[in-house]
Amino acid sequence: MGIDMNTSVNIAGVTLKNPVMTASGTFGSGAEYSQFVDLNRLGAVVTKGVANIPWPGNPTPRIAETYGGMMNAIGLQNPGIDVFAKRDIPFLKEYDTKIVVNVCGKSEKDYVEVVERLGEEPVDLLEINVSCPNVKEGGIAFGQDPKALNQITKAVKKVAKQPVIMKLSPNVTDITEMAKAAVDGGSDALSLINTLTGMKIDVHKRKFALANKTGGLSGPAIKPVAVRMVYQVANAVNVPIIGMGGIANWEDAMEFILAGATAVSVGTANFYNPTATIEIVDGIEAYMKQYGIKDINELVGAVNIC
Amino acid sequence: MSTYKGIAVVKSQEKIATDVYSMVLECKEAAREAKPGQFISLYCKDGSALLPRPISICEIGETTLRIVYRVVGKGTNEFCKLVENDTIEIMGPLGNGFPIEEGKAILIGGGIGIPPMLELAKTLNCEKNIVLGFRDEIFLANEFEAYGSISIASEDGKTGVKGNVLDAIKQNGIEGDVIYACGPTPMLRAIQAYAIEKGIKAYLSLEEKMACGIGACLACVCKSNGIDHHTNVDNKRICKDGPVFEAREIKL
Repeated sequence: MGIDMNTSVNIAGVTLKNPVMTASGTFGSGAEYSQFVDLNRLGAVVTKGVANIPWPGNPTPRIAETYGGMMNAIGLQNPGIDVFAKRDIPFLKEYDTKIVVNVCGKSEKDYVEVVERLGEEPVDLLEINVSCPNVKEGGIAFGQDPKALNQITKAVKKVAKQPVIMKLSPNVTDITEMAKAAVDGGSDALSLINTLTGMKIDVHKRKFALANKTGGLSGPAIKPVAVRMVYQVANAVNVPIIGMGGIANWEDAMEFILAGATAVSVGTANFYNPTATIEIVDGIEAYMKQYGIKDINELVGAVNIC
Repeated sequence: MSTYKGIAVVKSQEKIATDVYSMVLECKEAAREAKPGQFISLYCKDGSALLPRPISICEIGETTLRIVYRVVGKGTNEFCKLVENDTIEIMGPLGNGFPIEEGKAILIGGGIGIPPMLELAKTLNCEKNIVLGFRDEIFLANEFEAYGSISIASEDGKTGVKGNVLDAIKQNGIEGDVIYACGPTPMLRAIQAYAIEKGIKAYLSLEEKMACGIGACLACVCKSNGIDHHTNVDNKRICKDGPVFEAREIKL
């Protein structure tokens, strides 16, 4: 990085050295990827969703490839907050990156319990998953009804010791309505988008490709939808946005930033390019050099009609 | 163990049966780390096919890896068209591989689960009975001849015993101290029951749809007997904790 170039961004009072984060569920807690990626170079690591107790997740097959994307129905398998706090947080603390813990639950009580527990832990931000389409009670009910979203946000904010990022579902008619409901509830920032609910059928076996029948579509195929929603939300609310949905390279990341995202999360790309995050960090810096941009924040929402 | 992610060069490729191909890849970084029973992930050039394809290692050379695979979709259809000196992106070796045990071994391969048994047959330094099961068309069987006594089962009965691998084991009176097996889940389930009944160890190599291949995404899990220490639930990750599991560790 050039001395006179700033890539750091601020999410609800937390400074990230650069805007590149990992998307929850695609990066574990970083351990598996640390053989390919220098975690110190990431703006933040967003962990896989963690609940108050261990969740076994869905039956297999849990994933299916689609054209330019994939569907998953993992079902938020996670080891529970106790093992997570004992093993995964200390692992991440060894690195010079911010820790964002994604929280999942089946009821308001579940979320509140995990958030309260994390108050004692050295984590920087909380991302609340109210938008997983693969678990019936897994939050999607909170994420598709503005009143419920507003209420759960308030409940979480009441006990949270760290800034709260509500993660929005794209499976709604008007995402700005949801964004406003979360911000009104006190959400300090927003993450969007979670996966789009989809379905795939194996015509030879005449069976659903996923044991769960439906799954969450992710990958490059959903990027235009995500960029559009980030742009809409950026123009509707006044909190930082973490943009995600099909980001695979620095150009994708810049699209989200120009659409109004302060930071970006890289998800599905990790599965087919383990070093995607680092390539994006480097690519954003090269882009800034190319155009003589001194501060990445100048580019947030800087899209204009040609 | 370090995992290589990068380019491999195709040394040769040939069709050895209907839709079954044998490809040798030059990649010394992956070859020198590889053990029997491990696999590699192969990446498509077609950008619409995102996910790596996990394929078992059939033979390990000093600087090469051989894979034998069946063309089943977009990815493998792309791979089978590669010719000498073409390049392909790979990651590997991945997974745990077969443990090498003492005693008389029974190696069992079913269909496209046969290839990883070849490197194992070469590696095991003991008395070996090799049992290979096919639906109809036979492939790779002759390459096992140097390493042990071979029994064949075929569903159509045209070669060897008519039936499955367990039919061949029973009819030929095959016995051993340890079983190593790779093949379709119904076959592995039957072998699991057989091994438990006989009170012998059986190492089973499983398959599941995978995304990351390194244990992060939790797509390719199987049910474990009891709580797994990593996942803290009764699931094991096939790509990372497997693909080889002892029969008593898992539920099929």
